[in-house]
Amino acid sequence: MGDHHHGPAKGLSRWLFTTNHKDIGTMYLWFSFAMFILGGAFAMIIRAELFQPGMQLVEPAFFNQMTTLHGLIMVFGAIMPSFVGLANWMIPMMIGAPDMALPRMNNWSFWILPPAFLILASTLFMEGGAPAFGWTFYAPLSTTYAPPSVTYFIFSIHVLGLSSIMGSINIIATVMNMRAPGMTYMKMPLFVWTWLITAFLLVAVMPVLAGAVTMMLMDIHFGTSFFSAAGGGDPVLFQHIFWFFGHPEVYIIILPAFGVVSQIIPAFSRKPLFGYASMVYATAAIAFLSFIVWAHHMYTVGMPIAGELFFMYATMLIAVPTGVKVFNWITTMWRGSMTFETPMLFCIGFLVLFTIGGFTGLMLSIAPADFQYHDSYFVVAHFHYVMVAGAVFSMTAAVYYWLPKWCGRMYNETMGKTHFWISFIGFNITFFPQHFVGLAGMPRRIPDYALQFADFNMMSSIGAFIYGASQIMFLYNVIATIVAGKPTSDEKVWDGAEGLEWTVATPAPYHTFETPPAVR
Amino acid sequence: MFRVSKNPTVDITAKLVVVSIAMFAFVFVVMVPLYNVLCDVLGINGKTDGTQYTSVPVAVDESRTITVQFVATNNEGMPWEFSPNVTAMKVNPGAVNDTVFRARNPLTKDMVAQAIPSISPSRAAPYFHKTECFCFNQQPLSAQTDAEMPLQFIIDQELPKDIQTITLSYTIFDITEAASGSVAAR
Repeated sequence: MGDHHHGPAKGLSRWLFTTNHKDIGTMYLWFSFAMFILGGAFAMIIRAELFQPGMQLVEPAFFNQMTTLHGLIMVFGAIMPSFVGLANWMIPMMIGAPDMALPRMNNWSFWILPPAFLILASTLFMEGGAPAFGWTFYAPLSTTYAPPSVTYFIFSIHVLGLSSIMGSINIIATVMNMRAPGMTYMKMPLFVWTWLITAFLLVAVMPVLAGAVTMMLMDIHFGTSFFSAAGGGDPVLFQHIFWFFGHPEVYIIILPAFGVVSQIIPAFSRKPLFGYASMVYATAAIAFLSFIVWAHHMYTVGMPIAGELFFMYATMLIAVPTGVKVFNWITTMWRGSMTFETPMLFCIGFLVLFTIGGFTGLMLSIAPADFQYHDSYFVVAHFHYVMVAGAVFSMTAAVYYWLPKWCGRMYNETMGKTHFWISFIGFNITFFPQHFVGLAGMPRRIPDYALQFADFNMMSSIGAFIYGASQIMFLYNVIATIVAGKPTSDEKVWDGAEGLEWTVATPAPYHTFETPPAVR
Repeated sequence: MFRVSKNPTVDITAKLVVVSIAMFAFVFVVMVPLYNVLCDVLGINGKTDGTQYTSVPVAVDESRTITVQFVATNNEGMPWEFSPNVTAMKVNPGAVNDTVFRARNPLTKDMVAQAIPSISPSRAAPYFHKTECFCFNQQPLSAQTDAEMPLQFIIDQELPKDIQTITLSYTIFDITEAASGSVAAR
């Protein structure tokens, strides 16, 4: 072997200067887990305060900072980077490419993330406290009434938006140009497909978010009046711009999760994915529809009736491609030789709970009903069913599924299954009662509540502590696997798994597919 | 298809960078103006046309009477006393009507205010024409003085028949700081 086949550099510089897609993927995954723990800690503070009615632990102002930072960190720090990390690790291996198309930009797009979140987290220690206007940062709360730290928040959104855009450009360039010979678009694994479409969504809407925060910056510091009625602007304009970004954003979060589930369910059903082509078209349809439904987040701002109807019908239409996906997954399992290892358990958990979240989404899409549900805990329950049981469960499944390939060691299956069941039960104890208190009228983002909501809130809090604690078990299991898991050298760790990533050695060597594989 | 570079990676990267910059620009040069145009055309948000209306003389429609109600609201922290002289008027479509709002600056410093109108029901907004309004301009008021602020309007004869009452609401904003800022900039 010549110099060409070198391994990783030693020490810290390996991680600082690496252009290896596996190293960068690993850093993304660890970073996002750290953010998941931080955002989770904020959630624990929220649930501890809500354990009983009345003011218990924290000041209302601090409570608002917690809900804001919890949302921002979970969306931008935990879920999005975790899937980018997974894309970095898996896409080159799935399409038979030696690395990402733009490895130096890849390094850069990761390394600007930690400073961005450091800036965001540091606002907690600033005068006036951290941003307290909710993760949706509606103007004028985030402009006229914002704490001084809002400028740091804006800068951090700019930086992490830049990171996302660079990561997406990289993924698109990789998928379009670096597929192995014979790997046509319609032969790509579904995870690659969903990420390709997600990356296009990101390139289209992250600049819109950057535009929104830039307008905030100008309103706050440069005397413009985009969102200030006194100067001829309009706060409702902010909501339109935010949700024009925000609705595609929720599909940015969930589409890669769909991709993961579409890889894992066939593997443990020992059947090819049912309806591959329809899965691809459904993904594209969801991506298209995501651009024309944004105002269903703002039914109550006083839209004309024609607007309400348009956004209501367009939103309901999304249930069609999503239903296609859910039925395809179920049909894949139908009469398969199913086994229930941890990744499969998480995928089935995903399927059940995501579908519940989808149904509550349909309820919320009905404009006249939404006037009742708007800004209630019902909404909180809805989006945690799709974000946590959707994105986080599928991400957890992905880690269990590919971890043996990454490090050449098996995780502890018993502990994995225990983690699943505690998560599943804890999650439902946390969020199912929130449907009830929401329908009964409990508003979101409040540190105190009426006495009749006390029992369900206590239940919710207990569930949250259980769910939170189960993530420590996950962390322990992953570290124990890397350090002292049972070694495995099977190329195909799972006997039903299909795809190019299972044709390389286990653990995956530092460089793979330096000569492209032949794809039939 | 148009190619930026022979290298396919450079080509797609360059195109995607252009798309990102275009989407950033899209927010400023398309979304903001489009939103304002849509609000004006559809009368969404009860926004009235912020410009002076010059009418062609037309016959007054005496067959029906419209009640116009006036509401005055202070934005948070705005200390002025601000109220309409009359809270409601009965008017005929096509007729020119005058009324007055009163404002008083109770503080010991000079201030500048801006009134922002809103019409309810918003469907009526395109039919509510102002020929003179204090909301067209910033309203400076010296310390502890008061002023009468005139409003002249015409209800369009084309106003849908089912609308019998129109509420015109003004919210008054303290823009002293912004106004002095623009003076300083000048």
